[in-house]
Amino acid sequence: MPIVEVHHLVKKYDGFTALEGISFHLEEGEIFGLLGPNGAGKTTTIHVLVGLAHITSGSVTVAGFPYPEGLKQAQGLIGIVPDESNLYEDLDGFENLCFCASLYGISKKKRESRARELLEQFNLTEAGRRPFKAYSKGMKRKLTIAAGIIHEPKILFLDEPTTGIDVAAARQIRSLIQVLHRRGLTILLTTHYIEEAERLCRRIAFLVKGNIVRTGTTEELMQEAQQEHMVQLTLSAADPDLSQKISQAFPHIRAEAVNDRTIHCYSGQPVNMTPLVVFLDQLGLSVFEAKIIRPSLEDVFVKITGIERNQMTQEKGPGGKGGGKG
Amino acid sequence: MKAWVAFWNILKKDMKTYYLKPPNISWGIIFPLAWTLMVFVKSGWSVNLLSLLPGVMSLSILFGTTSMLAVTITFERRSRSFERLLIAPLDLNVLILAKTSGAILFGMINAFFPVCLALFLIPLSGIAWAPVLADLFLISATSTFLGLFIAVSVSEVFEAQTFSNFFRFPMIFLCGLFIPVQDLPWFLRPLSYILPLTYGADILKSLIAKEGRLGLPLNFLVLLFFAVLLFAFSMRNVRKKWIV
Repeated sequence: MPIVEVHHLVKKYDGFTALEGISFHLEEGEIFGLLGPNGAGKTTTIHVLVGLAHITSGSVTVAGFPYPEGLKQAQGLIGIVPDESNLYEDLDGFENLCFCASLYGISKKKRESRARELLEQFNLTEAGRRPFKAYSKGMKRKLTIAAGIIHEPKILFLDEPTTGIDVAAARQIRSLIQVLHRRGLTILLTTHYIEEAERLCRRIAFLVKGNIVRTGTTEELMQEAQQEHMVQLTLSAADPDLSQKISQAFPHIRAEAVNDRTIHCYSGQPVNMTPLVVFLDQLGLSVFEAKIIRPSLEDVFVKITGIERNQMTQEKGPGGKGGGKG
Repeated sequence: MKAWVAFWNILKKDMKTYYLKPPNISWGIIFPLAWTLMVFVKSGWSVNLLSLLPGVMSLSILFGTTSMLAVTITFERRSRSFERLLIAPLDLNVLILAKTSGAILFGMINAFFPVCLALFLIPLSGIAWAPVLADLFLISATSTFLGLFIAVSVSEVFEAQTFSNFFRFPMIFLCGLFIPVQDLPWFLRPLSYILPLTYGADILKSLIAKEGRLGLPLNFLVLLFFAVLLFAFSMRNVRKKWIV
């Protein structure tokens, strides 16, 4: 049974529609990714799920509690790591964790032992007595994740957890997410990094301009692009008419030149290399390299949404992060 | 029980991170000293300290609480740490009471700085301290909820400070502390009766300087009404503006 169910969720802010009737669900124990460019509605979705934004229409049920009447019960079972580290600058790491635990009514003894345990798990024991403002961005993000799970929630909402931090810290955080997942935590991860979603998530939804345009496991999504087989050939010499010649000789193959000596061959069936190599040989062209190209999730995303990678991280517009409506 | 753990820890954290910081403590000492000195100089050193004490106590609370609460909450909202509180499984009323209780306590502590100073100069043994304490609590609560009202209405820290002054400075002159209400121009008198501080100050004047005009029961009732009204109005705005 799904632990989070969202049906036809619409969210409007002062005439601006941030979510246009999205539906998705999270199975218990999975990592579900919401992938989309800035301003797609990822943060707004999380804000509705954690109770920072009202539902305009549609329904949300978390851990069996329907919103809005079951929100307070659900809030005790969810943790959130926002897109910006928002702990208290003047408190040290240990105090921040203890304070966050106290908001869930956890006793002093238990919250202190849990804070120590998490500082150790996140390699922050030494930094535990330093004020939060003295932390690096990566350390801040790690402590914010620790604060999100201090009360041992069932579901964790991670809003762009690796945005704005260096590569090494991002790797550490991805490993931590995998550890948390192995321990049975259900995770909703929003990101605009395609590789991150591909690496961490079992299922992914593509969110564009407040609409979910496709949902599926990474394999299911890949299949859409894999309906075509692709072979890349690197040749000994250039032939400007080669694409046309191949397509005429092999009607089931569509050839496209990538550059002078590289050509992509697409086909609805696996490309048989022997006749192709013989044909090229007859044209006086040797094949230096032939490799099967499998489509990436990025290809699938671009194909479905029409959004290129460089458009994924562009600045948010009026409905963006600044207004809490990402 | 769980709500109390959260309530107590929010209060403790706010006292530690905001209210009991050295600049605020020094403010609590310097402010009443400066006011007392100003009145002394103005009156040619012949002022009755007992008449002065209610005014200084009231203003210490007003200035301490309104801007402090408005600024701290606006600051937490800007840094988004306030979201941590809003997503906790806490009733919103409990949460806001926890956030305001630090400022209420801070206001009451501020009011006692001038009392401590006065102890060295005049006898204060004839004063009924229980109703004074109740009044200080109510002045502090209404001033704090006014700060809350300001916090809900602004989004920047500087706006919170500017907006606080918009309310506070007219209050100094209209609440009857330094200019008796009956001596105000006729068109300003109605304004003074819609200010909570007028009633809080009148209680202090009755209990400390025996100069009150409106009677304790009416003053307490009106002050309580203002506290409830400001809290309810602010909560309505919190629900409307902070959970969008």
